Amino acid sequence: MPAFSLEDAERRKAWGFVAPALLWTVAFFVAPFLFMVAMSLWAQQGGSIVRVWNLGNYIAFFEKDALFRGLTNSLEITAIVTVLSILLAYPLAWIIAERVPKKYQRTALILAILPFWTSYVVRSYSWLLVLSRNGVINQTLISTGLINEPLELASNRTATVIGFVHFFVMLLTLTIYANLVQLSPNYRRAAADLGANALQTFWHVILPLTMPGIMTGAFLTFVLCIGDYVTPQILGGNNELVLPQIIMLQLGRRADFPMAAALSIVLMLTVTAAYIACARWLKIERT
Amino acid sequence: MNDINEGVTARRFLASTATLVLAAATIAVTPASLFAQDELNALVWCDHTDPALIEPFEKANNVKVNLKEYEGTGAGLSIIDQSRPGDWDVLVIDGVDVQRAVDKDILAEMPADALPNADIFPEVRMEANNSRDGKIYAVTEKFGYNTVSYDKTKVDPADMKDMSKLWSDKYKGRIAVYDYYLPMIGLTGIDLGKATADLTDADLPAIKDKLFALKANAKQVSDVVSSQTALATGEVDIVFGGGEWLTAGLVKDKPNLDWVIPEQGAVRWAQSIGVMKDSTKKELALKFVQYIVSPEGQARLATSSCYWAMPANAKAGDHLTAEQKTALRWDEQADYLKRTQLYPIPSAELDAKMQDAWTEMLQN
Repeated sequence: MPAFSLEDAERRKAWGFVAPALLWTVAFFVAPFLFMVAMSLWAQQGGSIVRVWNLGNYIAFFEKDALFRGLTNSLEITAIVTVLSILLAYPLAWIIAERVPKKYQRTALILAILPFWTSYVVRSYSWLLVLSRNGVINQTLISTGLINEPLELASNRTATVIGFVHFFVMLLTLTIYANLVQLSPNYRRAAADLGANALQTFWHVILPLTMPGIMTGAFLTFVLCIGDYVTPQILGGNNELVLPQIIMLQLGRRADFPMAAALSIVLMLTVTAAYIACARWLKIERT
Repeated sequence: MNDINEGVTARRFLASTATLVLAAATIAVTPASLFAQDELNALVWCDHTDPALIEPFEKANNVKVNLKEYEGTGAGLSIIDQSRPGDWDVLVIDGVDVQRAVDKDILAEMPADALPNADIFPEVRMEANNSRDGKIYAVTEKFGYNTVSYDKTKVDPADMKDMSKLWSDKYKGRIAVYDYYLPMIGLTGIDLGKATADLTDADLPAIKDKLFALKANAKQVSDVVSSQTALATGEVDIVFGGGEWLTAGLVKDKPNLDWVIPEQGAVRWAQSIGVMKDSTKKELALKFVQYIVSPEGQARLATSSCYWAMPANAKAGDHLTAEQKTALRWDEQADYLKRTQLYPIPSAELDAKMQDAWTEMLQN
């Protein structure tokens, strides 16, 4: 009986510790999320919201090509950005972890994440000035005689991808670097002992061991990129819309909250699918 | 020992709490007028946030005007929906959407004799929009045009007088289209010879084709800031849907920028201001509205830092400099007002279809 009471007290104490975080999550995530689900099942008719359950908004999303393309555009851009960011971030992280002397690594990391210190909006507008017809790149190419007419680098998907990659390379560098510095040099020595050359060691030993760092960064890149409105809006020139832009379009004039909620749920489901795909690498405790 | 310390701590805590409670009680029973000046909460467009416009009213009335800026009627009405009754005292709203606010029963009636209706340009009084059943709910405060802005050093100004030239190969890739479907569908309709007031579902297929062709000729479709930046930096040479609100404020630094109303005509926009029905400071709110539509307030609003546009009150001209009037094309307004049509005012259903057409164009 006393043992049971102690266990009971421990359980109550544990709940006491968990309760604030639990209440916070329920109040600021679960409840708003359920409200958003309910909202997505209502309809906007004649300028007001009709609270009758229906799947009209979801059906419209799949039926109207312009809306569905918002999702495919988002997925395409996010995939390109994630792959390019990994390809650029991995060598950078490797150089910092393996080639930069230990005492300079902190400085190298600070330099790598320096762009994070600038406002996201300012950074996007800065890219616009770099990529525009009269921007730094075109002016340099024209003045050196390499081209006669300016290249169309701004207000298109290329500009959006460049803006995103610039931001996410920093993020991926951090997660991959954190993974690389944890690797024991014994792995490489063991591979060499077994006759593996540098490329084989990287491909069969280092790369698989750094997958958690890559996938953590890739997942964060995916989530932040697919939900971003600012960069495509500033750099994309509205020549194609991604899902967050379509969500904003529903709200700006017509305040069509039910459709905006349905599109937001689609976005959340997409992120959830990405999480499930990456879940095996995102575990905090790995076996 | 622990007990003693705990006792002292508890006493200190109680003493501190008692002091705080006493202080709070003192604040609660002291008349508010002894502490703070009055406050007014206004939900506005960005041009109202210029201190040069607001400060004279604040000083004259010893009041603090709290301004919240919004873009798009939907966003504004959502903010009101999410607020408590009485949170907002004044609302600035798109002239074509005043009736949406009246439908929601959020605007208070304003006495006709409190407003300078006789001084407002007749074409922008917009009684049908600002009133219902003979009751005035809003008053027009500023207006302008969605038309053609351009860089006169890069394009032939004569071409800009013909809207159809924007669909020609000559300007392919040199145009920014203003990203707001209502005026742009109105403008496209005008090019097709359809009056904005008469647009119906049946007109949408032809308008959609025309919009698709426009998109194919344009460099970008962009909001106010991006369009202005693109024109100012030379990324584009023309902003279709622009007007004095896009270029007038830049004229000093960028004299190469100009705007014109083509022969086909253009779309006229207007913004209105009203007092919120649930305001607990209706008198002060009305005073603010009166200040904004007074000749002095109108001159400041017309040339506010966010964007310039014509004041609705014709007497504001006495308070504008010759340079400002030139930038606003003051002397040409009679002609412009004749040649322009108000934004389309679609039903909710037609509005949704117009938005769909616009989304398709953007994704095309």
